[in-house]
Amino acid sequence: MTRPAPERTTILDARALARALQRMAVEVLEQAQGTDALILIGIQRRGVELADRIAKLIEKEEGFVVPRGALDITLYRDDLETVGPKPVIGETRIPGDLTGKHVVIVDDVLYTGRTARAALDELADFGRPERISLCVLVDRGGRELPIQADIVGKQVKAGARDRVEVLVEELDGRDLVELVRRETS
Amino acid sequence: MTRPLLLAGGRVIDPSRGLDQTADVLLQDGKITAVGSNLGRPDGVEVRSVAGRVVAPGLVDIHVHLREPGNEDVETVATGARAAAAGGFTAICAMPNTDPVTDNQAAVGFVVRQGVRAGFARVHPIGAVSVGQRGEKLAEFGEMVGAGAVAVSDDGKPVYSSHLMRTALEYAHTFGIPVADHCEEPTLASGGVMHEGLVSSRLGLKGIPSAAEEIMVARDILLAELTGGHVHLCHMSTRGSVELIRRAKERGLAVSAEVTPHHFTLTDHACEEYDTHAKMNPPLREAGDVAALRSALKEGVIDCIASDHAPHAYDAKEAAFDDAPFGIVGLETAFGIAHTELVRGGVLSLPALIERMSTAPAKLFHLAGGTLAPGAPADVVVLDLDDEWTVAPERFFSKSRNSPFSGRRLTGRAVLTLVAGKPVHEGGSPAL
Amino acid sequence: MTALGKDLVGLEHLAPEQIRLILDTAEPFKEVSERPIKKVPALRGKTIVNLFFEASTRTRISFEFAEKRLSADTVNVAATGSSVSKGETLVDTAKNLEAMRIDMVVIRHGASGAAQFLGSRIRSNVINAGDGKHEHPTQALLDLLTIRDKHGKIEGLKVCLVGDILHSRVARSNIWGLTKLGAQVGVCGPRTLLPRGIEELGVTVFRRIEDAIAWADVLNVLRLQLERMEKGFIPSLREYYRVFGVTVERLERAPRDITIMHPGPMNRGVEIDSRVADGSHSVILDQVTNGVAVRMAVLYLLAGGRPELADAAKRGGGAE
Repeated sequence: MTRPAPERTTILDARALARALQRMAVEVLEQAQGTDALILIGIQRRGVELADRIAKLIEKEEGFVVPRGALDITLYRDDLETVGPKPVIGETRIPGDLTGKHVVIVDDVLYTGRTARAALDELADFGRPERISLCVLVDRGGRELPIQADIVGKQVKAGARDRVEVLVEELDGRDLVELVRRETS
Repeated sequence: MTRPLLLAGGRVIDPSRGLDQTADVLLQDGKITAVGSNLGRPDGVEVRSVAGRVVAPGLVDIHVHLREPGNEDVETVATGARAAAAGGFTAICAMPNTDPVTDNQAAVGFVVRQGVRAGFARVHPIGAVSVGQRGEKLAEFGEMVGAGAVAVSDDGKPVYSSHLMRTALEYAHTFGIPVADHCEEPTLASGGVMHEGLVSSRLGLKGIPSAAEEIMVARDILLAELTGGHVHLCHMSTRGSVELIRRAKERGLAVSAEVTPHHFTLTDHACEEYDTHAKMNPPLREAGDVAALRSALKEGVIDCIASDHAPHAYDAKEAAFDDAPFGIVGLETAFGIAHTELVRGGVLSLPALIERMSTAPAKLFHLAGGTLAPGAPADVVVLDLDDEWTVAPERFFSKSRNSPFSGRRLTGRAVLTLVAGKPVHEGGSPAL
Repeated sequence: MTALGKDLVGLEHLAPEQIRLILDTAEPFKEVSERPIKKVPALRGKTIVNLFFEASTRTRISFEFAEKRLSADTVNVAATGSSVSKGETLVDTAKNLEAMRIDMVVIRHGASGAAQFLGSRIRSNVINAGDGKHEHPTQALLDLLTIRDKHGKIEGLKVCLVGDILHSRVARSNIWGLTKLGAQVGVCGPRTLLPRGIEELGVTVFRRIEDAIAWADVLNVLRLQLERMEKGFIPSLREYYRVFGVTVERLERAPRDITIMHPGPMNRGVEIDSRVADGSHSVILDQVTNGVAVRMAVLYLLAGGRPELADAAKRGGGAE
């Protein structure tokens, strides 16, 4: 007996995603009060591509190239013990010294908050930024830690059995955010 | 005085007289009285039906290590003799590399008496070639023979000095005993722990080349020719040795040879995983050597099978391969392995196997067994050829458990062993 | 499923994908060693014992750095087994470690098979840092990584090991690793120092160093130990240098630039010329750097990972 396909709902199509990123770029600038000390760091994976796009939007708007980096948090996960075969570790590159900077962490989905917490732990090993903000494309609720995003593209209500899938042109060939509902058995 | 015993209706195989037929065997007063049909029933005779079984002269193992005196915790004369009986052996020859070495008449007499006291398989001591097995001075062959020694050997080690080997062969000739040599050229073999070949290269273990054995085999054959003495080559393991022995026999020299069940069954691949139960000296060799040893047994180029039973404490073998001692036990698996591999394997007929495990070794060492001729000692074994069993070392009668055959399924074993007409082993043996 | 299993005993029984996994995992760990704070919490709370029965400074230090950079707690045990009870010591050691609930053991021992012996007797992960003449897998892995960094690939490269192959666990591990990843492997050295049947492992034998140099893209020069001369395998170190030494003059006649490697420590003037070791084609120091990263990767991949908890976590929807 085959299981029926899970139900998929589009949260953001390509245009909606572009508009969200546009708004998020503006909010980043507002919160940063200028670009002098701004650094955008995307969390592997997809957070890196989103950080890139936001940086390009800011560059178009302000004519200023925002330094950006990538952060892989695998080695800082709090569930390495239980994750089974070790996940592949992506690239981490941090542009220069973080001291005195305003770091904006960019990620695709905020859920339990553990990824953000791991990112904070890891950044602490690179220096002492003056300020760290969290900027996410989708906030799906379900926090397990007291963490909140400063900038949110879209708020979504998702249950424990649901998945929020983010696809980006650079990696997946198209821009799309979908809510995938599991069948209740 | 025990009652007369009639073993009725079995397949009687007596290689000493070319006998292989269904018949009864009558035993009285510790001797074989008659073999045939319609033997009549003397007064008080106990009749045992052995229909469907094989009745043969008791097996004889001319190469066994009993660790008494010196290492009684791993085996004694008594436990070894009991294990032998379980394996179908009515006589075993005990090598002298004990502690102290059995190189004088008192030591030889001690082993004889321990064997008699134990009352299982007969124990015939082999005396040392040299005092202390140090390879310098000849031991007193005459006195040792007088006390019961049936051969001399420095086994465990080779007789390195060719001069000493020559003298030993000449001197042994006086008493009509063979000199049994452990053929190993020590400078080639030194430090080696397994056969030198591709497997040892992969495992990073130092190897013992086949040439180390063949060099001493060639030397011993030449000395046998020079002296006219009888040299017996222990535990042959290489195809090169087989070739040398074949040519020596073609020339009619007094050269005899034995092979162990593990050498005609296992190859050096058994050492992969660094299993110390595959560590022995001479080492397990290659498939080509195994094939040559089987053919040699078939042709009679190798005269007999001997176990080289070498008990070791369980934790002695629980060590890195380099550090573990050489040797495995074999008395309780010898017949099972030989029958399964050689008879069921189509290499030897059953009468030929009995000949190699009973008649031939008895003749080589001038022992009274190996035959069911009337008047011979009533050393008899009853074999169940269809008995399928699994080797379980924890149930051995031997004190030691170091066997590479643990868990192996075998066919054939002794169900009744009689020495001088007295049962010394009965029923399914412990290794079920 | 490319997971490595419980222990790293050698490369002989690893699949090529598993070897590649280790090399790929080592890359991000190289970056960790470049950070101001050279530490990640991945193995925090894990206890690792460095059990060295043979003296070794560089391998032990390399492992220690790897362990500490992963935030593990390390204990160094220098156990010199007496010749009488070497084997006994190993069994007892295994049982003691098990009783202390150590997470991982890095073992170097003089007997081939010692790592496997330990691994089959304790539940801790066992990493072979060199067992007798058998294997030294992390050395070969860092050699492979160094070659890949320098040449961009391993497949199709011609790598020649030079020296005492017979007694070298580094050589054996390299032969396995290189052949599995598709390199062509050669060996060159005195016949007395070549193992029996070496050709059957898929290796080309060069009798003369000049032929090896004419053929190879990479030379991995092995250390010649003084005792080989004392045991009569070669007549003298001087003759060895004259006949098999990797010298500037010989390399000048090579048809291409040859990458020079050496597992260390070097006998300058015996197996290799100083000018070659310190020259522009030498990657010997890169080998050392890569050693820490490779060892971090191995420890990371072997550590922890209880799959049954992973399944339970997955069924709950997963953490994000």
